[in-house]
Amino acid sequence: MTLDLSLPTTHDDSQAPGKTSKWLAVVPMAFLSMTVAIPLIIIFVYSFLARPSLGAGVVWKFDPTHYVKIFIQDRLDGTRSFDTRYLKVIWNSFLYSGITTIATLVLAIPVALWIATRDPRKRVLLVFLVTLPFWTSILIRTYAITELLDEKGVLGKIATAVGYNGHFQILYTPTATILGLIYTFLPFMILPIYSSAERFDFRFAEAGYDLGARKMTVLFRIVLPQIAPGVMAGVALVFIPGLGSFLQPDMLGGGKTNMIANVVANNYGQARNWPFGSALSVLLCVITLIATLMLSVAARKRKASRS
Amino acid sequence: MTTVIAPRRKRLVNLRNFPFFTSISYFVFFILYVPLALVIAYSFNENRTAQIWTKFSTRWYTDVFHNTDVVRSLKNSLIVGSAATVLSTILAIAAALGLLRMGRKGSTFAIGLLGAPLIIPEIVSAVGTLGFFLFVGIPLGHFGLILAHTAFCVPFAMLPIRARLVALDRSSFEAAADLGANEWKIFTWITMPLLAPGIMAGALLAFAISLDDFITSFFIAGPGSTTLPVYIFGMIRSNVTPAINALSTLLLLVSGLTLILSYTLSSRTQDRK
Repeated sequence: MTLDLSLPTTHDDSQAPGKTSKWLAVVPMAFLSMTVAIPLIIIFVYSFLARPSLGAGVVWKFDPTHYVKIFIQDRLDGTRSFDTRYLKVIWNSFLYSGITTIATLVLAIPVALWIATRDPRKRVLLVFLVTLPFWTSILIRTYAITELLDEKGVLGKIATAVGYNGHFQILYTPTATILGLIYTFLPFMILPIYSSAERFDFRFAEAGYDLGARKMTVLFRIVLPQIAPGVMAGVALVFIPGLGSFLQPDMLGGGKTNMIANVVANNYGQARNWPFGSALSVLLCVITLIATLMLSVAARKRKASRS
Repeated sequence: MTTVIAPRRKRLVNLRNFPFFTSISYFVFFILYVPLALVIAYSFNENRTAQIWTKFSTRWYTDVFHNTDVVRSLKNSLIVGSAATVLSTILAIAAALGLLRMGRKGSTFAIGLLGAPLIIPEIVSAVGTLGFFLFVGIPLGHFGLILAHTAFCVPFAMLPIRARLVALDRSSFEAAADLGANEWKIFTWITMPLLAPGIMAGALLAFAISLDDFITSFFIAGPGSTTLPVYIFGMIRSNVTPAINALSTLLLLVSGLTLILSYTLSSRTQDRK
């Protein structure tokens, strides 16, 4: 059960299942235009409006300075200076999401291949065990990590037991955020790679051994190229939503390790600067879009080069 | 592949295993479940400091069931979840059937729009929806929550329905048409019953997604329509009591049961194919 929406479509009208018409899709599409597309347009418009002098919301006056304020700070004495605070937040988003992608990839490839080589009955159970966390609340799973990393918790006790005398503090550090991201995103990497690995014909690997290849050669030259579509899908499913993570840095980073979504939330919350929050939202959307395009171009190139 | 000479057989047996893959897999399954197991274990600990075990107790569950805020937010979650499930499933059925008759270009565009909630960062659609509701004057309450939840549930509800629809055996329709059934009869008597397991699986996924949603609800739930995850988030922020563990365990249980149901329905879908 992966998030691949691009199932094969049948463009065959002759034997369609009864009373259907392409106009049936108009209602859901209109609904999603209203509930998804209009909010995006509103965010875009808000990012060019002024903020009211008091309270939240926007004032209908053109003000394009919010985008500038992401990079340049107005000082109290009237001078302007380069501001690295938000650049650092953007950098953090890329860094944490990137580390998460690499770490989940390194763990997920062995797990996916391992599951794919078990016997079919065991496979169903193992896939279910990966799917269960996939569908459970990220809030609860992130909370579970705070329990685990708590200095009074199990890890703290183990650290003391093995003779660690210093102050055990992982919770509320960037490390905790990254560990939480890896934990919550792992199933998103395993499942698509598994669906590729499941289709891989392991006789190719056997042929490789017969021709005298070593295990690692077979893994890197035969197996990995074959499961690359799953790997690409996994990278897309981890890296792209990872960029927009909110809960993990909020609950595990203790407000010190902000990612873009945290700053957006803060500007729509306590800071009450909706236009600036909107400008950051637009930026997050653009980054997400670029990442999506780059990944799909890479996937297409790979496909083209192989056929 | 059938005849393998004896000395080489031994080599073939472990050919499929790569070094360390088994241990890495055990490790991954271990770390996937240890944090959840801890939450469940802590929820039965009598001690107020959850991490220090004193004795088994169900007092935190009693706490949870006697907490009127929890009960109220659970009620809100269930109202929003069931309404969003029904609406998104209907929309997903319509979308899946419509997509079947669309050209390549049309269906690419439609899938892009219908799948948009999966790609747009949730924080952006959440604050956008907040702005939209305030702009057109939709009050922050159940109605708005249902609208927003329905939107992001559609792509999830559509997955199993579309999978089932594409895999349907077309000869049943031809047979029905040959026997003189009209289009509407074919739809109600053949298509819908055959599609039923996919619809059920889709509805369950939509329900699970709505029930677990945090970010969207966090921004657009009004004071009277706080959902359970939003309430739990507030609880974690303000006062950490082991009641959170009990509540989390209950939520895990609900998610688990929903998934098992959906899983059995989907696998039955695949068996029949």
